[in-house]
Amino acid sequence: MQLEYFLILAAALFCIGIYGLVTSRNVIRVLMSIELMLNAVNVNLMAFSNYLDPDAIRGQVFSVFVITIAAAEAAVGLAIVLSIYRNRDTVDMEQFNLLKW
Amino acid sequence: MTLATLNLAEGVQLVSFGLLGLIMLVGALGVVLLSNIVYSAFLLGLVFISISGLYILLNAGFVAAAQVLVYVGAVNVLILFGIMLVNKQEDFATVKNAWVGKAATGAVCAGLFGLLSTMVLSHPWTISTVPAAGDRAIEVIGQHFFSDYLLPFELASVLLLIALVGAIILARREYLPDTAIPTEEALTLPEKPRELVAAGSRDSL
Repeated sequence: MQLEYFLILAAALFCIGIYGLVTSRNVIRVLMSIELMLNAVNVNLMAFSNYLDPDAIRGQVFSVFVITIAAAEAAVGLAIVLSIYRNRDTVDMEQFNLLKW
Repeated sequence: MTLATLNLAEGVQLVSFGLLGLIMLVGALGVVLLSNIVYSAFLLGLVFISISGLYILLNAGFVAAAQVLVYVGAVNVLILFGIMLVNKQEDFATVKNAWVGKAATGAVCAGLFGLLSTMVLSHPWTISTVPAAGDRAIEVIGQHFFSDYLLPFELASVLLLIALVGAIILARREYLPDTAIPTEEALTLPEKPRELVAAGSRDSL
């Protein structure tokens, strides 16, 4: 078991998350991709915490904070999605041009 | 004997790491690529559970439990509720040359993954040799929360409160329906109209 395995796995998860974030048409899938990316960061933090700083596990503290922020982000994101869905009657990312120039 | 036990434990760890990583990557690809979004949401739960298993492999039982509780129990259920609330079977209008964007994004992601892996593999990590906190981790995390990370901890609680209020304000309907509902109907549940059966009345006999 080595640090590099975990880091490469987290990098793969992060890249899958970026791909989903950019190419998805459904808003909910975009939110799910953001969750995937946050989890990849968490795996990174936990791996560093276990292998580089195992006595004062600061990485675990950071990942608890990240989990907190992710929960808040999911709640607010879904509320925004609901609000847009009520006004626009669609969940297509290509039709959300409210803030485009 | 000790060496054999150690090797056995390492083998078990390696096999479970491979299994969990495989489940995680396949699940994440399913989340991104599947067309049915309900399957995506359930696969997302699978990804979260396998990540929690990876945390257990990394000697972090508390965060693994928090991961299952918060992500699988709250975030995933929230996403499923969101899917149910905005579930509209719509065929998205096709965008011209959409494959160019997908191919470019795929290339960028593959390049980023290559860059990150090269960096990870070439960097000389100085692995610490002090014994891991292990089961004492929850005490250490608590001490961190109430000593050197006290301000971020309190800020996180304030942020959760703000997010709660903001989510309620954003998601609630602010307009009232145009036609006022009569009060008698508003207080009853909608149910099928039933025929009035004169059961037990003496007049019908």
